[in-house]
Amino acid sequence: MAITPVPGSAPTRSSLPRSRWWREVGWRHVVGVLAVVWALVPVLYIVSASLNPSGSVASTTLVPREVSLVNFRELLTSDSIPFGRWALNTVLVCTVVTLAQLLFSALAAYAFSRFRFQGRRGGLLALLLIQMFPQFLAAVALYTMISSIGDAVPAIGLNTLLGYTLVLMGGALGQVWLIKGFFDTIPLSLDEAAKMDGAGHATTFFRIILPLVRPILAVSGLLVFVSVIAEFLLASIFLTDNNRKTLAVGLYGLIDGDRSNNLGLFAAGAVLTAVPVVALFLWLQRYIVGGITAGGVKG
Amino acid sequence: MALLARILGLGLALAVAIALTPTLVLQEQWLLLVPLWVIVGGLLAVYATGRFVPGKYLLPGTLLLTVFVLVPIVLTAQLSTTNFGDGTRTTKAETVERILAQSFVQTPDTTTYQMTVGTTGSPVTGPFVLYLVDPATDEVLRGDEQGLEPVEGAEVDDAGRVTAAPEGDVELLTPSEVNAASAEVLVVAVPTDGGEIRPVGVSRAIEGTTRVTYDEASDTFIDAEDGTTYTVQADGDRDYYVDAEGERLSEQSWRQGVGLSNYQRIFTDDRISRDFLSIFAWTLIFATVSVLTTFALGLGLAITMNDRRLRGQKVYRAAMIIPYAIPGFISLLVWASFYNTDFGLINDLTGLSVDWFGGTWSARFAVILTNLWMGFPYMFLVCTGALQAIPEDLKEASSLDGASGFAGFRRVTLPLLLVAVAPVLVATFAFNFNNYNTIALLTEGGPFDPANPTAGGTDILISYTIRLAFGAGGAEIGFASAVSMVLFVLTGVIAALQFRATRRLEDVN
Repeated sequence: MAITPVPGSAPTRSSLPRSRWWREVGWRHVVGVLAVVWALVPVLYIVSASLNPSGSVASTTLVPREVSLVNFRELLTSDSIPFGRWALNTVLVCTVVTLAQLLFSALAAYAFSRFRFQGRRGGLLALLLIQMFPQFLAAVALYTMISSIGDAVPAIGLNTLLGYTLVLMGGALGQVWLIKGFFDTIPLSLDEAAKMDGAGHATTFFRIILPLVRPILAVSGLLVFVSVIAEFLLASIFLTDNNRKTLAVGLYGLIDGDRSNNLGLFAAGAVLTAVPVVALFLWLQRYIVGGITAGGVKG
Repeated sequence: MALLARILGLGLALAVAIALTPTLVLQEQWLLLVPLWVIVGGLLAVYATGRFVPGKYLLPGTLLLTVFVLVPIVLTAQLSTTNFGDGTRTTKAETVERILAQSFVQTPDTTTYQMTVGTTGSPVTGPFVLYLVDPATDEVLRGDEQGLEPVEGAEVDDAGRVTAAPEGDVELLTPSEVNAASAEVLVVAVPTDGGEIRPVGVSRAIEGTTRVTYDEASDTFIDAEDGTTYTVQADGDRDYYVDAEGERLSEQSWRQGVGLSNYQRIFTDDRISRDFLSIFAWTLIFATVSVLTTFALGLGLAITMNDRRLRGQKVYRAAMIIPYAIPGFISLLVWASFYNTDFGLINDLTGLSVDWFGGTWSARFAVILTNLWMGFPYMFLVCTGALQAIPEDLKEASSLDGASGFAGFRRVTLPLLLVAVAPVLVATFAFNFNNYNTIALLTEGGPFDPANPTAGGTDILISYTIRLAFGAGGAEIGFASAVSMVLFVLTGVIAALQFRATRRLEDVN
């Protein structure tokens, strides 16, 4: 979405008198630099804290006085902190939930976009309302439900990644509105042409329509991924065994014991967690602007 | 190919359901068994026939939504009409059994048996069988609710544990299974001539008598020594067994329906309704101010950056996207350290020494400031997208008509932009209305008035509710569920009202 100036078409700095440049363009740089400082100072602080060997809030400054990788080393090698395990758990849960949510949302969005059936309008509006309710308001009910399911099938009970993943799949239709908006822009004639060629509705969906909306699938997938990484409350109720924790619960446990002195370890974990996500965001940046404008909130 | 996938999928679902049925029947989990078959039936009806094609696309997501969102909401509604919580987790029958077990005293000079637990049903719910080994004679006895009888052919190891069940239909429990099911195992009483044999711990059982006896017909406990009778009396929404002087036999109460009294409590109990109203007011302020500040900053920056003559536009945008990309729990915990009074970044940079989380309004300011940092990039992205979608010739036309920069913006750009972003503003409001993470990870709802540990200065309704349900001071799950239901309704009403004000609803076609 970033607009690159076409050479010659827009006045550049050299073609404007200095005072007019300041009035029309220059001040934007001043605001921009201030905004970047505001946006990045906390980020800088996290990085600095992760490099600070003493790891306390008191000794952490914006620009590190002493640089050491001791926090990272302890995080990755300590026996009581299964960081690798947490990261693996998080990636597993996030991947499964993201893929399931994309697939089921895309399927439902296709039905809402292409078929006319009774209850269609009502269903769409109901989805919109249901999305407003945070699932964890029903945390107690979910807990008792999963615990009795676990009595019958221990593999999806409390304190299992599978059980936790299943609960998060309650949000399976979370991206319907966003994806439906994009299906609506694909001309129906495409479906009809496919039908003429003898394709069934499933083939049309998977082979023709779905590949056309890949960019929006990437964006909504990213948004789901990030919201699952950050999911904290349900994870803290369902996953109590140290080896079954996700990064959110595990890292919280690191800092919560002593918020003033365990900052270094936590920050090291935070950096390792955030770097891949930030990289993904920057990489998909130009799709994101278009994607989230169409609706959808990081939850 | 498609047919094969369909047959495999349906076959798998059917196989899972068939495989689970015996276990569920054994554990009497009808509330799981019936839905399981309803789901499988639904899958078969939709995918094995070609009748309702949209259903094939809608069913998987709808099923998950129903099972893990809608059903829990219904269960929450159900819980909200009970007194479920700490001290009332058990049913009345279980409570009676526990009171009996608690009053158990060993008969002097009696044998301590080595105990191994078996089950004829499920290792989780029973029914349980106790194998008792007399350490003096190595004789093995089998005990259950019916009575005690000797068994032949049991294999016993040196420690007195039965290692193989002498009866074919009994499955032995491992010590950790016994531990997990201890609440059910410890109330097993084997009647004997001199009283009864009960487990003490997970591997021993002794003979003795209970200090009280329970009379089912009159629903009373009678003390065997002095004849005191304990009858059921209510205290608030809980029932206890109480003697004539008002002394409770046990602090253990039991779960029962209380109708709408939890809801009544929210609105009529003075302290609670005062808490509730002030927290509700702050929740509205928090959500409104969060939306307004993030929108204002995001829009301002989007307008500033939206000039094609600006060099380095991409770099500015990339930097501003970063706070949005960092997982929320990380940002919140780091920001929490910024407000440290002595060493926090904010007091450091500003030279102040404010105890941010110590006062209600400074803590509230801190919450809003942090939320602004976390939320402005999203608004920036949304506004940038919306600004770019407004046709250039509209803006040019307004400037040709002689509108100055700001007037043109106010009359042409802003209305168009508001139409485009209104749904996002509504969604953000609803999100912040229930933004549990920000409150829980930043202030944990504090600061608290020492006289009132249940409602803190920055508590929003959802953090208040979660503390009621899971808090350390005795979980009140029934009451918390009632607050949850009120919160559900409030969120729905607010969302519906706001959507009515936007055009989104009309666009549904």
